[in-house]
Amino acid sequence: MNSAAMGGSPNDSTSITFASLLADSHVIICAGSGGVGKTTTAAALAIQAARNGQRSIVVTIDPAKRLADALGLPELAPDPVIIDEQLWRRTDDSSSGQLSAMMLDPKATFDALVARYADGVEQAERILANSFYRSISSALGGTQEYMAMEKLHELSECGDYDLIVVDTPPSRNALDFLDAPERLLRLLNNRVFRVITAPARTGLRAAGVAVQTLVRAISRVIGAEVVDDIVAFFRAFEGMEEGFRERAMSVRALIAESTTQFVLITSPRRDAVEEAEYFAERIGDHGYRVSGLIVNRVHPMFGSEHGDTLRSRASALRGLPAMQSGASSARDRMAQHLDVLADFQTVGARERHNLDGVQLRLGRGAAVAFVPFLARDVHSIEALDEIAALIFASPA
Amino acid sequence: MAGKGGVGKTTVVAALAVVAARSGLSVLIAEVEGKSGLSKAFGVSDLEYEEIVLSKGISARTLTPDAALAEWLKGNGLGRIARRLNASGILEIVATAVPGMKDILVLGKIKGLEQSRAFDLILVDAPAAGHAVSFLTSPLGLLEAVGVGPIKAQASDVVAMLSDPTRAQVMLVTTPEETPVREAIETAFALEDRVGVALGPIIVNGIYTDDPAIASENDLTKPGVFDHAALEASISLDAQDSGFPLSSNEIRDIADAVSFRHARRQVQSHQADELRDALPIPQLRLPYLFDGEIGFAQIEKLADALGAQIEMLPDPIIREPEANNE
Repeated sequence: MNSAAMGGSPNDSTSITFASLLADSHVIICAGSGGVGKTTTAAALAIQAARNGQRSIVVTIDPAKRLADALGLPELAPDPVIIDEQLWRRTDDSSSGQLSAMMLDPKATFDALVARYADGVEQAERILANSFYRSISSALGGTQEYMAMEKLHELSECGDYDLIVVDTPPSRNALDFLDAPERLLRLLNNRVFRVITAPARTGLRAAGVAVQTLVRAISRVIGAEVVDDIVAFFRAFEGMEEGFRERAMSVRALIAESTTQFVLITSPRRDAVEEAEYFAERIGDHGYRVSGLIVNRVHPMFGSEHGDTLRSRASALRGLPAMQSGASSARDRMAQHLDVLADFQTVGARERHNLDGVQLRLGRGAAVAFVPFLARDVHSIEALDEIAALIFASPA
Repeated sequence: MAGKGGVGKTTVVAALAVVAARSGLSVLIAEVEGKSGLSKAFGVSDLEYEEIVLSKGISARTLTPDAALAEWLKGNGLGRIARRLNASGILEIVATAVPGMKDILVLGKIKGLEQSRAFDLILVDAPAAGHAVSFLTSPLGLLEAVGVGPIKAQASDVVAMLSDPTRAQVMLVTTPEETPVREAIETAFALEDRVGVALGPIIVNGIYTDDPAIASENDLTKPGVFDHAALEASISLDAQDSGFPLSSNEIRDIADAVSFRHARRQVQSHQADELRDALPIPQLRLPYLFDGEIGFAQIEKLADALGAQIEMLPDPIIREPEANNE
């Protein structure tokens, strides 16, 4: 692949390479929209880190079953599993690396968080049994994302891993995880409910007519039972907000650390590239920086002939006056072959055009790798190997 | 229409709309998940809650839960509190307390549009696959969770619509690759078991057409015997016979392209077959378009392919249902 055509600048002294990115990171957060190979790429990065002698772990949500099989992961592994060395270690490799993987269980992570900050077992049990809590932990937008970050914090603290690669959950908005902690805190600190749920101090009457009207209206729509559940939850939760807030802040601090790096994953389609650039901007708005971009499934190009030229050669062949039958069918076949080549040259050129200058637009020095679309689907360790080799061989 | 991210769901929605509009139906495309690139493909500005006309016979709008809620509260005599609900943050609490409430608001709005009969066909560009199942299961969940009240009434109306195949069907969209195919199969079973909604034909998008010159050479297409050297030799021979000999580099490039295409094509056929074996519903196959990013010309091409295959289907799927709730 032609690196100059990609807008890469191999001689830029400030450039990060994927090798240096792995070596210098404690946490890598992989972000990108759905269907761009995020999980596969995260796994490939973790494998490479293990081969480099690091103790790495990939944290993922709902990986494709064959990928889980390839890594020897059982169906559900909410706790870290050490991956069999024979699956990933090269025969000539005797380094001390270790590869682990785990699947995120957002609800279990949230439950553990409640248990940690509850004032005793009783408070924890009251919260865990509340049906509003169950909704928060499973249905509140962003909870999965927040729990991914929470798990990340836990793994980072435990000291068992040199590198943690997090595959962010597939969500309606790929950057929900950035806003998730604030969103949850906002919900837990809702002023109106704090007023309603503090009868010891003020009583419902003191909450004011406006609030009462509101609560009654809500009861009418969703039923008094649901409202009772909500009130019971906020009562049970009392006293825990501070712990949650502190935790959210330390999660944020971890993400802001210089050893935490963001890697964006995209496909070479125009909309996907534009979205990746938008993600980079948003991540920048939060004060973090994108250190790498991996473009998956870039169509291969074969030779340097232009698609249009090939296509006109094909139609010229088709337009020639009829010859003896053998020659016409040879011409037809040639024309068809030329069209096939033209197709790839056309799509390849378009994708390279989409990617032109992307590195500059991402900000100074980000590592960029282009992983070609492979002739087969990626689900085995060998294929992950191939992906890793392509990422780390790619010109910076 | 539902499908994993990146399978071209929005494009297929647009193509289906064009097919329906060509046969004289009035179509509404409803976007429920923020911007999708639909407006760009039709060369108009981003969609809004207010309906706009995309092209002859095709209108489009977004259906956001917030706007649907405001409208619904107004319709239920609660318009005055709507604004305060939003400002106080209580709405988020209520939506969390009643999982699926936002979905039911959107689905309720779709049901309202369906019953207004303003359109012959409503195409819903649904959330990505995993979310599509929860999107469509929320009315049933709500029926269990909420005992009384207007929300319950809304939910049971939506369930009635979803379980009537003449009113609503789900069309899944996938690409012929392992992960999307597997996810489509899981989604299909989940939708059938948990929602009870009828499945329309499944659309397999982005299939490479084979090089016809290769397809005719049996020796080359037998699995496992694709012989690169033989391919190069045959290309070289054809080049000479046609009177335009090629350099060895050109021959190699062509052979590489042809064999890459063929290998991908094998993977794709295999996946499409797996899908056919797993799901006993008709498949509509759409070609991968090498020639450009999705714009109106591409949508028309896909509509041609889709229209030709829909004609071949045993039952008219487009004409029958009032709302194609996908």
